[in-house]
Amino acid sequence: MTEIKRAKILKFNSEKCVGCLECEKACSQVHFKCDDGGEKSAIRIHEKDGKFQMHVCNQNGLCIDMCPVGAIERMPNGTVILNKNICVGCQACVAFCPLGAMKRSASRIEPFKCISCGACVRACPEDALELVEVDIEEIKQIVFNNYGGANHG
Amino acid sequence: MVKGQFSWKDYDAGNTKHEWDLQKIHAAHKVLTEFKYDKNKIEKGFANKTLYINLTTNEIKEKPVTDDMKKKFTGGRGFGLKLLWDSIQPDTRWNSEENDLVITTGPLCGSTQYPGSGKSLCLTVSPSTNIVCDSNVGGYFGPYLKFCGYDALEIQGKAKEDVIIVIDGEASVIRIETAPLEEINTHLVSEQLTYMYSSKDDERSRQRVSVVSAGHGAENSYWGCLNFSFWDIRRKVARLKQAGRGGLGTVLRDKKIKGIVARVDKFTGVENAPENPEAAAKVGTKIQKEIRDLDRYQCNMRQVGTAHLVEIMDAYDLLPCENYRFGSFPKAPKIYSMKFFENFTRVIPDGCWHGCTMACAKTVDSFEVMTGPYKGHRVTVDGPEYETVGCGANMSLWDPKWIIEFNFYCDTYGIDTISSGTAIAYYMEMFEYGILNKERCGGLELAFGNFNAVMQFLHRMADGDTDEFIKVAAKGIRRVKDWLKSKNWGDHQLIEDAGMESKGLEYSEYVTKESLAMQGGYGLTLKGPQHDEAWLIFMDMVNNQIPTFKDKAEALHYFPMWRTWFGLNGLCKLPWNDVEPANNAETNDPSKVPEHLNNYVEYQNAVTGWNINKEELILQSERAYNWQRALNVWMGRGQRRDDWIPYRSMGPVTELEYVSRQERYDKQLAEIMNKPLEEIEKMDVGKKVKLLYDHRRNQYQILSDAVYMRRGWTQNGVPTPVKMKQLGFADEQKMLDFLAKKIQEDEENGLNEWGGVYSESEEKPSKERRYWESW
Ligand code: SF4
Ligand code: SF4
Ligand code: SF4
Repeated sequence: MTEIKRAKILKFNSEKCVGCLECEKACSQVHFKCDDGGEKSAIRIHEKDGKFQMHVCNQNGLCIDMCPVGAIERMPNGTVILNKNICVGCQACVAFCPLGAMKRSASRIEPFKCISCGACVRACPEDALELVEVDIEEIKQIVFNNYGGANHG
Repeated sequence: MVKGQFSWKDYDAGNTKHEWDLQKIHAAHKVLTEFKYDKNKIEKGFANKTLYINLTTNEIKEKPVTDDMKKKFTGGRGFGLKLLWDSIQPDTRWNSEENDLVITTGPLCGSTQYPGSGKSLCLTVSPSTNIVCDSNVGGYFGPYLKFCGYDALEIQGKAKEDVIIVIDGEASVIRIETAPLEEINTHLVSEQLTYMYSSKDDERSRQRVSVVSAGHGAENSYWGCLNFSFWDIRRKVARLKQAGRGGLGTVLRDKKIKGIVARVDKFTGVENAPENPEAAAKVGTKIQKEIRDLDRYQCNMRQVGTAHLVEIMDAYDLLPCENYRFGSFPKAPKIYSMKFFENFTRVIPDGCWHGCTMACAKTVDSFEVMTGPYKGHRVTVDGPEYETVGCGANMSLWDPKWIIEFNFYCDTYGIDTISSGTAIAYYMEMFEYGILNKERCGGLELAFGNFNAVMQFLHRMADGDTDEFIKVAAKGIRRVKDWLKSKNWGDHQLIEDAGMESKGLEYSEYVTKESLAMQGGYGLTLKGPQHDEAWLIFMDMVNNQIPTFKDKAEALHYFPMWRTWFGLNGLCKLPWNDVEPANNAETNDPSKVPEHLNNYVEYQNAVTGWNINKEELILQSERAYNWQRALNVWMGRGQRRDDWIPYRSMGPVTELEYVSRQERYDKQLAEIMNKPLEEIEKMDVGKKVKLLYDHRRNQYQILSDAVYMRRGWTQNGVPTPVKMKQLGFADEQKMLDFLAKKIQEDEENGLNEWGGVYSESEEKPSKERRYWESW
């Protein structure tokens, strides 16, 4: 198997964002075929201290090794995807996501996440979002697997 | 070693590959019966039917699950008790025609949203104890059984030749087929049957098949366990979890079952049909996060499983070394969890059911087998868990590789590591004293630390060796005690006191000498000395939280009830207190882990749609618990004399043990006898052993008095009709009449009396002798 080296992830230009949440709505279309945004969107825009912040998956892939049925895989283009036809809804990936970016909506048992499709980028009227390519080695995270956290770090 | 973020398809465990002509093996099957059925839709955790199979008559039928059954027995192990009560007689023994082998699920079993929700509870009349044993096991079979449409499976009768039972949820059909060519040892037969019965030749289809089996060891001993498989798509092997205690596998093979196969067509995670999936997922995700954040600072389950206990037990003088004579050992650091961590494969999600992020089911992959029929093969070994490592200490095997090998063969031969390890440790001590020797052991040099002799013993046993020692030894400590005494090979009291069994079942791996409450935790039990009812050593001995008999009795009421609850629901106990919320120590009752208790109330309500609270939760258990005790009494056991424990679990049997902890015992004797320490120090050791002996045995009786009363039983340990009525069994006339008659008989035989001898200053639990009459 050839090693997958690069991945596309979202980049946010906070100063351009006006908080219209068009990105969230576009994302809801991708995942739920609706305009709800909010808990049905993989990307969330929050306002903190007068500034906008983006909260979304960075394709670090820690969840891949959490899935008991192998529903989460890194695609050849570097994106981490969750196949909901295989998923058994255990929420292990949700609980262990270091960013809280694996989401679940009350409307179905299978979680969902950003798939770097760019729908939000295209929907953003202010060009506040872009997809950039990064080295997977830079973002990659592995679930904690050392001998003890207290003494062995 | 795995580094993480690999595709599940690419991982290779590095095991020996098998070449089987599965078509030929399958073609040799003859279908004995076929039963087509309509699959019930699961509602709120229940399939509302149980499956009955009779192997003598090849009858297959369904039994309804009534509301009355749910009210009285809740589910899981409770259902098992109900099914057994309807099928067996007081004189039913393990190999009787009518003995049932029951596998149950429980309403929460098969959910994926809360960790530890895949357990099956298995019950049968045990060859070791002649009463009902129950054993809890992970793996996929229980959940799949339910998704096939059944809350429980009950197998009665015996087949004439080797058979398999196929529960095919895909085609809604159940078949009994002869299976002449399959292997018997588990690591092979579970793989063969998984390949044979998966709908397609791919890993995901294989993951939707689960097999129950036992091996050649189960056929030839009383220690047979049930191996439940769970196919691992990464390692590409049938992983195994064991229903270990009590000889269930022995019964499986007595019924000539080679394997029970369950397969499902699909699995999406909502098959258990919770009333409120959102609430279940919410409470589940909360604890998953706790595991993520805290496990590494607490138990380290995710990295080493229960093996983390080895060093703790060694530090507190609780690790059973050389047949429980000592609680720690200079060589013990060689088998600390770190040594196993070095062998375990990491990063893979090692839950025994989906969604268990405790992930305690560790494996050693590509282990090169060192002895026996599979010598030179590379295999995946499930474990070792703490108990198995404890057996290593007990047999004085201080090499992790030896323990892994012992673990592998116990699993594939289908025998319980705990029973066999504890028993062999006893035989080794008898060997040390010359009560046993090479000649008496069929040529085996069964000395402490002799790994090769241990493995030879297992191989010969599994091979059906007819040597007198091998045959008796394979039946466990109780039978060996009687055998040694009948041969007059040694001091009868020593033979009795040193062998760690009660009710005929071997102890699990904790030294209980310094914790009276834990002695009760092992002795005052339903199925025998297993720590699943209560684990009170730290509360009692280390933290001194339950100093009085009344306190201990309360703990020996509450914890067994609480822990029984997991088995009624199909849950694993570990996520209850093997991870604790960060603020648990500040709560008013840390030992109960109040927040998690609340989780379970919420979780059961979310799935079943019931509306129970903490108190009713305990009540559910109390019903099943008392019913099982009553069942034991009905079968002629379950009374004070049956709750007796060997002195090795109460105190030092030998002078060597006394001397090894002399300071501790001298101080205790000084206190008990109210004499200056210097005087005690000068006394003869043999005399001191005897003084402690009399004292501690009486303490245990006084404890039993207090516990029986707290549980609502007579002094002979018999549940009273009043108690049973209070619990909701008012219409179970047959049982109530039986209990009333039994209590009357006990009265005539003088058995409704306090067992302890009380001094002037000590109070009896009640002033009334027939205290239960005034309830
Ligand atoms: S919720 Fe689904 S995708 Fe996530 S770990 Fe569980 S089974 Fe895998
Ligand atoms: S890239 Fe696609 S999946 Fe990711 S946040 Fe944007 S719209 Fe959602
Ligand atoms: S904690 Fe271990 S035994 Fe319990 S369910 Fe999880 S993996 Fe299985």
